[in-house]
Amino acid sequence: MLKQLEELKLKVLRELEEVSEIKELESWRVRYLGKKSELTRILRSLATLPLEQRKTIGALANEVRADLESSLKQKRQTLREAQVVIQTKEEQFDTTLPGRPLPIGHLHPITQTLYEICDIFISMGFQVVEGPEVEWDYYNFESLNIPKEHPARDTMSTLWVDSKAESNERCMLLRTHTTSMQLRVMEKTPPPLRVIIPGKVYRYEASDATHTPMFHQIDGLVVDKGITMADLKGTLYEVVRRFFGEDRKVRFRCDYFPFVEPGAEMAIECSVCSGNGCRLCGNSGWIEILGAGMTHPQVLQRAGLDPEVYSGFAFGMGVDRIPMLRYWIDNIRLFYNSDLRFLRQF
Amino acid sequence: MKVSLNWLREYIDINLPLADLADRLTMAGIEVSGMPVTGGNLGNIVVGQIVAINPHPNADRLTLVTIDLGTEQSTVVCGAPNLRLGDKVAFAHVDAQLIDPRSGQVCRLKPAKIRGVTSSGMACSEKELGISDSHEGIMILSEEAPVGTSLADYLGDTVLDLEVTPNRPDCLSVIGIAREIAALTGQSLHLAEISYKASTSPIDSQISVEIVDPDLCPRYCASLVTGIKVAESPQWLQQRLLNCGMRPINNIVDVTNYVMLEYGQPLHAFDYHRIRGKKIVVRRATAGEVIVSLDWVKRTLDENMLVIADEERAVAIAGVMGGANSEVTESATTLLLESANFNPASIHRTGSLLRLPSEACMRFERGIRPELTIPALKRATHLILQLAGGKAAKGLADVYPGKRDSEPILLSTEMVERVLGVEFGFDQIVSVLSSLGFDCKPSASVSEVRVTAPYWRSDIQQAVDLVEEVARIIGYDKIPATMLSQQLPRQNPDPIINLKRQVRYSLIGYGFDEIVTYSLTSSDMLNKLLTEPRPLEPVPLRMANPMTAEQEYLRTNLRANLLDALASNRRHEDGNIRLFELGKVYLPRPNDLPSEPEVLCGVLSGSRLERSWQGGYDSFDFYEAKGVVEGLLSQVDVEASFEKGGDESLHPVKQATIIVDGNRVGVVGELHPKVSPAFDISETVYLFEIDLSSLLPFTIGHKMFQPILRFPTIVRDIALIVDTGVTHQQVSNIISSFPLVKQVSIFDAYVGEPIPPGKKSLAYRITFQSPTHTMTDDEVSKVQQKTLSKLSSELGAMPRS
Repeated sequence: MLKQLEELKLKVLRELEEVSEIKELESWRVRYLGKKSELTRILRSLATLPLEQRKTIGALANEVRADLESSLKQKRQTLREAQVVIQTKEEQFDTTLPGRPLPIGHLHPITQTLYEICDIFISMGFQVVEGPEVEWDYYNFESLNIPKEHPARDTMSTLWVDSKAESNERCMLLRTHTTSMQLRVMEKTPPPLRVIIPGKVYRYEASDATHTPMFHQIDGLVVDKGITMADLKGTLYEVVRRFFGEDRKVRFRCDYFPFVEPGAEMAIECSVCSGNGCRLCGNSGWIEILGAGMTHPQVLQRAGLDPEVYSGFAFGMGVDRIPMLRYWIDNIRLFYNSDLRFLRQF
Repeated sequence: MKVSLNWLREYIDINLPLADLADRLTMAGIEVSGMPVTGGNLGNIVVGQIVAINPHPNADRLTLVTIDLGTEQSTVVCGAPNLRLGDKVAFAHVDAQLIDPRSGQVCRLKPAKIRGVTSSGMACSEKELGISDSHEGIMILSEEAPVGTSLADYLGDTVLDLEVTPNRPDCLSVIGIAREIAALTGQSLHLAEISYKASTSPIDSQISVEIVDPDLCPRYCASLVTGIKVAESPQWLQQRLLNCGMRPINNIVDVTNYVMLEYGQPLHAFDYHRIRGKKIVVRRATAGEVIVSLDWVKRTLDENMLVIADEERAVAIAGVMGGANSEVTESATTLLLESANFNPASIHRTGSLLRLPSEACMRFERGIRPELTIPALKRATHLILQLAGGKAAKGLADVYPGKRDSEPILLSTEMVERVLGVEFGFDQIVSVLSSLGFDCKPSASVSEVRVTAPYWRSDIQQAVDLVEEVARIIGYDKIPATMLSQQLPRQNPDPIINLKRQVRYSLIGYGFDEIVTYSLTSSDMLNKLLTEPRPLEPVPLRMANPMTAEQEYLRTNLRANLLDALASNRRHEDGNIRLFELGKVYLPRPNDLPSEPEVLCGVLSGSRLERSWQGGYDSFDFYEAKGVVEGLLSQVDVEASFEKGGDESLHPVKQATIIVDGNRVGVVGELHPKVSPAFDISETVYLFEIDLSSLLPFTIGHKMFQPILRFPTIVRDIALIVDTGVTHQQVSNIISSFPLVKQVSIFDAYVGEPIPPGKKSLAYRITFQSPTHTMTDDEVSKVQQKTLSKLSSELGAMPRS
């Protein structure tokens, strides 16, 4: 029986040697290590043998079993490795075929710009506020020191809503700037205030490459004790630095807006000509990006704030120009034509 | 506004390079947007004098003109009708750059042979020189023009193109700009007192002035000049006007314009003999009063417009335009020269109602000061005496009911620092203000000064105005840049802002492209959504002054623009199109601003995926659109039900109303086949619309953590045959009503053979799980059995064998 075991071992291992596919290993296992295998049968028959024989044969049989099991394990490992070699070496595979297409959407470039700018301000402690696009004359003009017949109204040609007040005067309009929210914000929230107001604005203007009757602005307003023009300058410089980069030259000059005093305008160096003057910047080398200034004492008073106690600054910038400058877009109307050939570029 | 550099130099020495000057002015608030050099293209053109005129041998209409150029003479062929011996002309040599009068293009002059005679050079018209549009004859230069001088030297000038802000009417003048330059560069202004010899005849005996409406006319001044001769202005004056963008007319009108440009005070000249009753009355027009203005247009006035009248009738629309009935024509010999001050708002109103914007209007409506009338009037009278001869009456008429003294304003160094965030010394502040003509007097405090604005400044009302003056002259670049140091204010952001952002990002993740369309639309566009003609509901807000019919109304929905965008993209896009817009619609409310809810609308058409080498080209369907809605809602943690919808623009059957907590928040469906042709759409389009403002309250709430159950799940599939009228919702509700059912999902819905007509097959996968123990097969089978019998009794569902 010992000899029988030895022979069985040799035969079975030889057979294992010849196995070349992993899936054949299982049938080999069932045949020689399974419940109905010869080895199992031998092990089962041990009980009928005398003690002495049982010991020696049992030991051998267990040894054979262990041998077979470890050989099987080794063989499986070898076959697996061989298989991996084949899989990784010989199979032809074209990785240049395109991946399965997922639908890819795009945020409108104006939305992207608005979010980017808002996020910079949010990181500086500003809160985003939105407000009505159809507005009363009072908030758009009167409250901002622009009474009727003020020449500043001419620079913001207004689209009026067909509705008249009791005085028979037009009083409802499409806001011409997001500055229309200034007094609303001040009326609603006591200082300290640090807000930005993004949104759509409207002008009575024919469309051309640089004008559309609707476009976007972001206004900012800070009201607190001790706010200075240096703070205004610092805030705006920081935003420009973050948005346009460290090296962009900035110009901060005197300008006039009825609702601020002193008033300012900020321009950045033209990216196309690097300040040398080109068609885009009207040969000035500068691109005006925003108007700003210290909130006019009368505006503060209108909101019930004492200008001796509180001061503030405000600024307003056109949003559409920014992606135009950044991506060299030469026609503002592209933003509103909904052409996917344009929108999918962003 | 255009200012000639040569003109400026009469009032101020300019010692710094032009580019620096432009930069200083720009930084100080007067933007120099250009500095064109007039005469820049006048190379190879010289002043010549006509010394001989002979007929052309081969052409009746042409002449041979010999022109003396100083060092040489040249004979050229000329066709101009206005040649006179001795006239000075602009002579262009070969190679000069001229404007082709026909094409308007710049071209180089070439030698030419005209009807057999060689002509090297030519005498030019104003149009050819680029000076004006006049091409009736050659340009005749002033008699003083030195022969042989280059025209660039004789006529050339640099013109500063200035953007003057509306608060600075004083800068709409040469002297105003000279004052700015003086303050910015430390130079002093050369401003001489004007005097002229007057006759002994006092003005008062020849004209009386009455201001009936002093609220609209704070001051009216006039001078009278007799014995004038109306003629062309001299060359230098014409040239200055042309360089500043004004057309020369005659010496009288030109002087009024010249002085307006120089002083910033508009003037008007009347033919004195056409003023009836020796009387000027400044009064409101009567309603419907008619005047023919200088441009020979009949103007109907209203009672809020101011006129200058004589005893009988209006002779001018005050500050806006003169009347034809008192115009200074060539025959005029006596002149009444008006220099007045009018109410800015009234001028603005009249100018815009009559659509007569003018240089004069622009100055009046910005509020020039009444003090300006006299210096300008003196200057103009003086110039007229010089250029048109005559004698000035003694004295000036001056009625001044609106006299006001400037109040001094207190300014302290602390105030300057408090506004600017930087300290400037007391002496520096005083010196800056003084350089601008402000009167600075000491006050009780050593750090405080009493400042009175000079008469020409109408924009200085309070201390901050003075702070700006200090800052802009010292330079905004001297203001430091500091970061806000105050405590951060509390933040209470409106949750709709975050919701909008979340929805946008979700949608681009689902493959949607965002569009932004105009809020203004046409009634045609809104009507396209109707399946049969009827009034729009809600009635959209209309613009009182629409730009075009396409932009007459405020949109009441987003879908019209989206469908339009879809159709226009389809012309070049054959793949799938998923578009969305998130924006406001404008819903009118009585006696109030409209409500402006934030609405999301999306449209889908074409195939679900781009055609790929791995296939995948099935089309969008209703359930794709619904899937997007469900996805969005689940991301903002809102549970919605979908009920039968009644949206007119959508397919009557393939549409559902989105209900959240009993509230209608939106709709999803297929575009009604009756609506698509109106948008030029020939494919099936799916659409969804969600009112985010209505949805918002349901997105704000507390999420509750659900424990993860540790007992295994058991999955069973069932297939049912039901009547076609039975909905998935009904089946799913019954199955889910059993507590041990963890999840129900439908994996097949089928109509057709071998299912009998009127029936359909629905197959569900049910996941069972108990929170307390491991379920046995038997237990599950029992629940499943109960489920089936409930489905059978309530819906007539039979298990499919």
